[in-house]
Amino acid sequence: MWKLVTKYLLRGPLTRPAPKPSDAALAELANRVNKVAKAKLGRSLSVREVDAGSCNGCELEVHAMNNVIYDLERFGIHFVASPRHADVLLVTGPVTTNMKEGLVRTYNATPDPKWVVAVGDCAFNGGCFAGSYAIVGGVSDVVPVDLHIKGCPPTPTQLLEGFLALLEANT
Amino acid sequence: MTVTSDLLKFLSVGERVDGHKPFQRFRLNRTQWMELISLLSQNNWALMGIWAEPQEVHAAFYEEKSKTIAVASLACADGRFPSLSGVRPSAIRLERTIQDFTGLIAENLTDNRPWLDHGQFPIKHPLRGDDQKAQHRPATEYTFLPILGEGLHQIPVGPVHAGIIEPGHFRFTCNGEAVVRLEERLGYVHKGVERHMQGKTPAEAVKVASRISGDSTVAHALAFSRAVEAALDIDLPAHVHWTRALMAELERIANHFGDIGAICNDAAFAFMLAQCGLLREKVLATAQACFGHRMMMDCIVPGGVTRALNDDGIKLLQALVVALRSEFAPLVKLYEDKLSLQDRTMTTGVVSAALVHRFAAGGFVGRGSARSFDARRVPSYPPYDNMDFEIPVFSEGDVNARVWVRIREIDVSLGIISRLLKEDCDSIAVVVDLPKRSGEGMAVVEGFRGDILTWVRIGADGRVLRCHPRDPSWFQWPLLEASIESNIVADFPLCNKSFNCSYSGQDL
Repeated sequence: MWKLVTKYLLRGPLTRPAPKPSDAALAELANRVNKVAKAKLGRSLSVREVDAGSCNGCELEVHAMNNVIYDLERFGIHFVASPRHADVLLVTGPVTTNMKEGLVRTYNATPDPKWVVAVGDCAFNGGCFAGSYAIVGGVSDVVPVDLHIKGCPPTPTQLLEGFLALLEANT
Repeated sequence: MTVTSDLLKFLSVGERVDGHKPFQRFRLNRTQWMELISLLSQNNWALMGIWAEPQEVHAAFYEEKSKTIAVASLACADGRFPSLSGVRPSAIRLERTIQDFTGLIAENLTDNRPWLDHGQFPIKHPLRGDDQKAQHRPATEYTFLPILGEGLHQIPVGPVHAGIIEPGHFRFTCNGEAVVRLEERLGYVHKGVERHMQGKTPAEAVKVASRISGDSTVAHALAFSRAVEAALDIDLPAHVHWTRALMAELERIANHFGDIGAICNDAAFAFMLAQCGLLREKVLATAQACFGHRMMMDCIVPGGVTRALNDDGIKLLQALVVALRSEFAPLVKLYEDKLSLQDRTMTTGVVSAALVHRFAAGGFVGRGSARSFDARRVPSYPPYDNMDFEIPVFSEGDVNARVWVRIREIDVSLGIISRLLKEDCDSIAVVVDLPKRSGEGMAVVEGFRGDILTWVRIGADGRVLRCHPRDPSWFQWPLLEASIESNIVADFPLCNKSFNCSYSGQDL
C-alpha cells in the first residue's frame, strides 16, 4: 500500500483548478443574502443533502463533487450528517407527496440563518415528472429556495460553480 | 439438445395470447391459476415479476432447466386474484403495490399493509383509471411488525439519512449490539412513474424510463426500448446493439467502481474510496466525451440510439480500457492484502443461496450467493447472444463475495468492451420511425444491479397504454433484511452498501 501512496504523492494532486462562480447563480443570490448571515457564516459552509424524490442521478454527481478531481472541501464546504449542523440544505428531486413532510421537517430542524440550494431540473419545477399525481412540484413549492442549479443531472463543475457563487455572495 | 419446458407445457392449458413478444403469454382461468400456485409450492420456477392492469393480473416466470420465460395472466372479473405470496414471498411487496395502485384484492396476501401509498396521494388507486379522490391519512399511520421479547430496543432511521443517499425508513430491533430484525419501509420517492408514462409516445415515455433509477439510466432505457421494439416488432441494425452494449458496460463499470470504493469507505478505508472515485470519474468523463453525457442519459431510445461513437471515441475507449486495467489491478491486490478490511467484509451480512434462489435475486446479490442468473446469458439479447463471456459467481453470500463479484465483473466488462471495439462496426446515431400500431412486449435486460424486466402495452395510436418496469431491487431489498440479522448495528452501512439497492427504482 505504501508504495502506491508514495507513487500518488509524487504524482502531485489531480484536483482541477476552481471554476469561476456561476454568473446566473450570483445574480439569483444577489438579493437573498443579508448582512447578518454574512457576519455569522463567513467562508465556511456546512451542507445537509436531502433527496426529496430524486432518481439518484443528482446524488451521484453530488458525490462526484467530493471526489479528488473536484474536491469541494478545499473551499471550506463540507457535508454534514444532520440538518441541525447545517447552514445549507441541498435538495434534489421533484418533491414527492411522500417526502413533502420529511423535507419540511428537515427544513424546520435547520437553524437560521440557512440557505436552500435546489439541485437538478426536477428540483427546479418537477422536471419530467411535473404533472404526476405523486409530485408536489419543485422544491420552491414546499420551502423557500435561494439558489437553483439546473441540469439533469448538473455536472460536478456546474455544481461547483453554483456553490462558489454561494460563497462569493456570502463574503 | 433441447429440454422440454414444463413451464410452457403447464401454461399451455390456458389460452395463448397472440402478439405478446418475444416471450409467450397465457390467459389462465381461476382454477388454472390455483393449479399454478400449487405447482409453485413444489417446483423452483422463479417469479420474475407480478403486475396488474385494472382488470387483469400478470406474472412472469423463469424455468431454469429449460431456460424459458413466460407470462401467466388472470382476468379479475370480481376484482380479486389469489395471491402468490404464500408460495413466492418475493411477491408480497409487488402485490401490496398492486392493491395500492389498482384496488384489486390479492386474496390471502400474507401482508396486507399498504406499501407505496403512504396516504398522501390526491387520488385513490392511481392506476385504476376512475380517479376517485383519496382520503388523506397521516404518513406516520403505519403498523410495524410487532416485537415480543425481553431486552429489545428499537432504532428508527430515516427517511432522511445521514449520508448523501436516497430516503427510506429502517426500523431496527436490537438486542444489545445485535440486530434481531430489520424492517424496511420504502416508497418515499414514489413519483408515479407507471401512470406518468401512460398516454405518452414511446419517445416521450423513455425520458421517464431513463429516470426510474439514475444510476441505471442506460439499463432502464434499454429495457424500455427493447420492450417497445418487441411490441412493435422492429428489428434494429447490429450497430445499434453494438453502441447500446458499449454504453451498458460503461455504466456497469462506473457503478461497480463507485460501490467498491463506498463499501471500503464504510469499513473506514477511505483510500479505496478516493482511488475508485478517480477511476469512476475517468469512466464518466470518457462517456461524456464519447456520448455527450456523463451518465449517457437519453442516449438510448425506442428505435435506436441518439448518439454514436466516432473514431475519436473508439480511441478514447481503447485508452480507457488500458488505463483502468493497469490502475485497478494494484487496488484489487490492496483489497486482497488488507486483513483489517477483510475482517469487516468477510462473514458479514450473509445471505443464503436458498433465500437468493427463493427470491430470484439477480446481480451481485444473486451471484454472490451462488445464483448465476445473468440476463445477458439467458434470455440473452444482441450483441451478447454471439459472445462468450464469463459470469463470475461466488458462494459465500457475504459482503466480501458481493465485492468480488463486482471486481470480477469489471474485468469481464472491460473484456467485452475491448472485443466490441475490435469489431468493425459503423456506429451511427439512428432512430427509426416507430409504426403506429398496438402491441405487447417484454424485455429482460442486465443492469449493473441485476435483471430489469420491463413490460409494455402499446395502443393503436402508438402511445403507451401500460408499462411496468420491475427494478432488480424489488427482490434484493427483502434479502437485505435477512442479511443483517444477528450482525451488529454498526455493520449495517457495510451490508447496505454491498447490496446498494435502488430506492427510486423500487419506489417507482
